[in-house]
This record gives sequence, structure tokens and C-alpha cells, in this order.
Amino acid sequence: MIYEQARYTEGEDKHEPLLSEKDDTTINVGGDDSPLPDSLTRDELSLPALSEPEIARHYTRLSQMNWSIESGPYPLGSCTMKYNPKFTEDIAADPSAAIHPDRRAETAQGNLGMLYGLQEFLGTIGGMDAVTLQPPAGAAGEFTGILVAKAYHEAHGNDKSEVIIPASAHGTNFATAAMAGYEVVELPSAEDGRVDVDALEAAVSEDTAALMLTNPNTVGLFERDIVEIAEMVHDVGGLLYYDGANLNALLGRGRPGDMGFDIMHYNVHKTFATPHGGGGPGAGPVGVVEKLAPYLPSPQVEQTDNGFELFEPEQSIGKVHGFSGNWLVLIKAYAYIARLGDEGLLDASAKAVLNANYLASQIDLEVPYGPFHHEFAATAGDRDAADLAKRMLDFGVHPPTTKWPEMVPEAMLTEPTEIENQASLDDLAEAFNIAFGDSEDAIQQAPSRTTAKRIDQASAARNPRLSWHRLK
Amino acid sequence: MSFDVPEDRNYLESHEWTTLEEDTVTVGITDFAQDELGDVVFVELPSEGDTVTAGDTFGVIESIKAVSDLYAPVSGEVTAVNEALFDQPELVNDDPFGDGWMLKINVSDDDTSDSLLTAAEYADQIA
Repeated sequence: MIYEQARYTEGEDKHEPLLSEKDDTTINVGGDDSPLPDSLTRDELSLPALSEPEIARHYTRLSQMNWSIESGPYPLGSCTMKYNPKFTEDIAADPSAAIHPDRRAETAQGNLGMLYGLQEFLGTIGGMDAVTLQPPAGAAGEFTGILVAKAYHEAHGNDKSEVIIPASAHGTNFATAAMAGYEVVELPSAEDGRVDVDALEAAVSEDTAALMLTNPNTVGLFERDIVEIAEMVHDVGGLLYYDGANLNALLGRGRPGDMGFDIMHYNVHKTFATPHGGGGPGAGPVGVVEKLAPYLPSPQVEQTDNGFELFEPEQSIGKVHGFSGNWLVLIKAYAYIARLGDEGLLDASAKAVLNANYLASQIDLEVPYGPFHHEFAATAGDRDAADLAKRMLDFGVHPPTTKWPEMVPEAMLTEPTEIENQASLDDLAEAFNIAFGDSEDAIQQAPSRTTAKRIDQASAARNPRLSWHRLK
Repeated sequence: MSFDVPEDRNYLESHEWTTLEEDTVTVGITDFAQDELGDVVFVELPSEGDTVTAGDTFGVIESIKAVSDLYAPVSGEVTAVNEALFDQPELVNDDPFGDGWMLKINVSDDDTSDSLLTAAEYADQIA
């Protein structure tokens, strides 16, 4: 039994027509009463003249041709593609959630209390003393965290110029350090896939502003030497930064703060099941230890005798986003954490790790590094990981992340998350194994059952059509 | 698979080739390099009049698989840029040693680069 996306079956190049292809009516909007200069106004508009049913069918079809976590498994490694529970949407849609952010504090106690509650939840989960909810995405959280580190060093007269980052880290770590004005020192991995402590010892110096790490790391391995690593960085006055990308493996079991981390960001779209932003509104809260709290962005929420109030930390780096961050995303994270509670969060991390290990045990591909936690990096060996991934699309599943991290040749970085049951993990394993066993010829033709067949990537990159205007 | 390694030029370990005529060095990437990269979709090069330094990056090449830096074999001033690559980056795949050339550099007097490989040495490296 294979679930297939909706698709047109007749014709070589048949696709759902764009609205502008369905109808392209030019209407005269005329009138000379605009106070704007003629160069800024127009008399005609090109608009599709379509009925509501036509529009509804168009968008419903597009949604059926799409692939999402609500269609089937979506095991993109490092991305933690959790299902977004519907009750969080209901809560965010409640009219009382839609209040103006400039309302006086005493008239918005419920909303401020929820923001305060989320600060507290996240602080407890990460082992951090203070949390800002303002950054609008994970990468923005990273940048905020490193700006806080920089403000701390500058306030203490520390002359620091370098940030150390493992070679296998997320690309955003390198970009964050560089954007904050630091030199990036790249750290090679040891043979076992973890931080090379000897290489770190050589790299650490008085110039070290921070070390950025994720734990479990990019291939799902727990950094066993984390306490020693933290000491080495702290001994030279550096700070330890935790990339929250892989926090789902640790929920309720280990806290970055207890491992010696000073700063961390939380990817609420990963760990706490809010929608992945895709460039839209997201949230990347940042937690810090006590000594860094005065530098956090403004405003934060505090609890006083008068109830909940906004305040500006004394040496705040300022604003990194408007108001208190993306409220409707934060409310969903709060709802998720509150609904799951201690037991639910523990259960999530247990099942995330169990699912990854069960799936890995069912596939024919080698997994070079272990023991891993919530994700694993299988290798396609001498096959092309991207070709295998395209073939997997034919079996009603989304393939894993491919060709990254580079420490695993032709990597297929796989993270099923806790949401899959055994049947869907078995479907995934079957897709892996059929693709891996297929002939090179079959692989080169794939995918054939999807809405869009094999994409000509070179033409798409060399001659992109980024707007419907280009169809004319 | 075997790759072309023309004997009329020198090579860098980082897979660029160079030819020298008078004071002008021409630079491109090798057949092996274009094959490793796969379909090239974008090439970023310096402008005429810019200076490049031996061993430093002079540009970026992007394929559907990877983004890689390009390294200058010599120091000097850029006297010509293959602007055809901006519209037809596939020339790097189709003819890496000919129409896929990238830069011409007027070698500066104080150029100290001496680490170029011969064709035989480069052929050994990629064997």
C-alpha cells in the first residue's frame, strides 16, 4: 500500500495552472482623482477573474499536491519535523489572544502571565536563569545569544576575537559568529564523531570569546566530554553556547545549563511543535546564566507585587524584534509544554530516541557513528544520497536530509521524531531499502509517482522563473 | 573514470589550471574539478583591474551539489574576465580547459608563487 500525492496523469508537462494561466483579465481601474503623481499610478490592472469555487479548488489541489507532515512521515534530520497539534491553533485563534501589544500591563495580565510562564518553562527545561522570547527565529536567537556574549565581554574589558565552531555544526553558527564580528575557528571532529578534545585544547586561547556546540551533536552523538570541554573554555574566560537544534533528545533528561553552557537558544518550531517558519513568523528564545541576564534584549516580563510587568534589563543589547516577539508562535509553544507537562516531555524525548534507533535497525544502509540519540546519519556508500532520496519519494514518505553533515560520506541524516508509530517507521524503512537496492538506472528515473517528476536542477538554477510574470 | 590533464599547462592542488604567455597567466578549473562539482550554475569572478594574491581566493563557483572557493595561482592584476560564464556557466562543464577559462592575470613582479604542479604531478594527485 503506497500513498500517492494528487497529480495530473495525462500530458508530459501537466501541472495545476496558475491563476494567471486560468484567466488573465485586464480591468480598467481608471479615475484621475488620485493625488499621487502619474508615474506612481496606473489605470489598468491584470487580475484573474475567477469564481470562488475555482479559487477554492485551485488551492485545495495545491495542498493535495504538496507533501507535509500531515500527509506522511517527514524525517528530515536536524529539522525535527514534529506534527503541530491542532489544539495549539485553537488557543492561538482565541479572540483574547489578539490584544494590542501596547496595551497597559494591568489590562493584559493574562497575556503577560503566559509570556512569563514560558520564560520560566524554558529556563527550567534548559537550566538557564533568564530567558528572552524576543528573537523571531532560531538563527536570530543564535545571533542574539552571541551579541549578548559580546556585550558581556565588552562590559568586562575582555579582548576577545574568536568563536570556535565544530566543522559539523549548522551553517548558521558560522554565519552568526561572522556577523557578530568574530573570527571563526573551525574545529575538526575526532574519529568517533565527537569534539576532538586535543584539537579544542590547541584552538582555545585568551582570544576565545565562545565555543558554539550542539549536544547531542549533528550525527546524534552525546558529547561525553562536555564537562571537560566547558572547563577548557571557561578557563580562558570564554563562554559556552548551546545550539538548541537537538534539544528534543534531551527533554526532561539533561539540561544544557547543568552541562556548563552559558547561553542557549530554543528552536520552538522543533522542540515544541510550533509551525516551522519557512521565513514566516517564528520564535527562537534565548536563555542565559545569571551573569549574562543584564544584557538580554528588551523587554522581558517580570513578576512583581503589582502583577506581571515589562522591564528593560540594565545593560540590554536593545531590541532584536518588535514588542515581546512573535506572540502567536510563543502561545503555541506555551500550550504544547503545558499540555505535555513533565511526563509528556520525558515521553517525547524517550520516543524520539527509540524511533530513531528502531528505524536505523530496520534499514540496510550503514550508520557509521553511534550510539546515537534522536537522529542518525546513514551513509549511501558509493550511491548518490540525493538520488536515493528522490527514489524514496515514490513510496509515500518524505526522504531524510541528504549530503550533510559532510563527515559522513553521502549522508542521509534521519530524524523520525516521536510522532511516528511502528507502522510508519516500517514504511520509511521499506522506502530506504527499496531505494538502496534499486539499480542505478531506476534511481536516475525517480521519482515517478509524485506530482512533480524529476526536477532539472541545473536548468532551474541557471534559468530560474521566480515570478508568474516570467510566464508571459 | 579518466580525466583530461593537458600537458601544456600547470596545476594547483586545489584543481585550478594555469597557462603562461608573456606576462599573462590564464586560469580555469580542471576537468576533474568540473566533474566533481557536477552541473555548474553560477560563477563569481573579480573585475578587470582588481588584484589577486597567490594562494588566496579570487572567486566562487556554485554547482547543484556544492559551493567552492577558487584559488589564484599567482599574484597580479586581473586583465580579463570570461564574462560568458555569467550567462553560460555550463561552459565550465563543457570545455573546462578552453571556453570555460575564468581569468587572465598580469603577473606582478614580486610574485613569489612557486608551488605549481606539472601535468604529471597533478595526474598523480587525482589518480
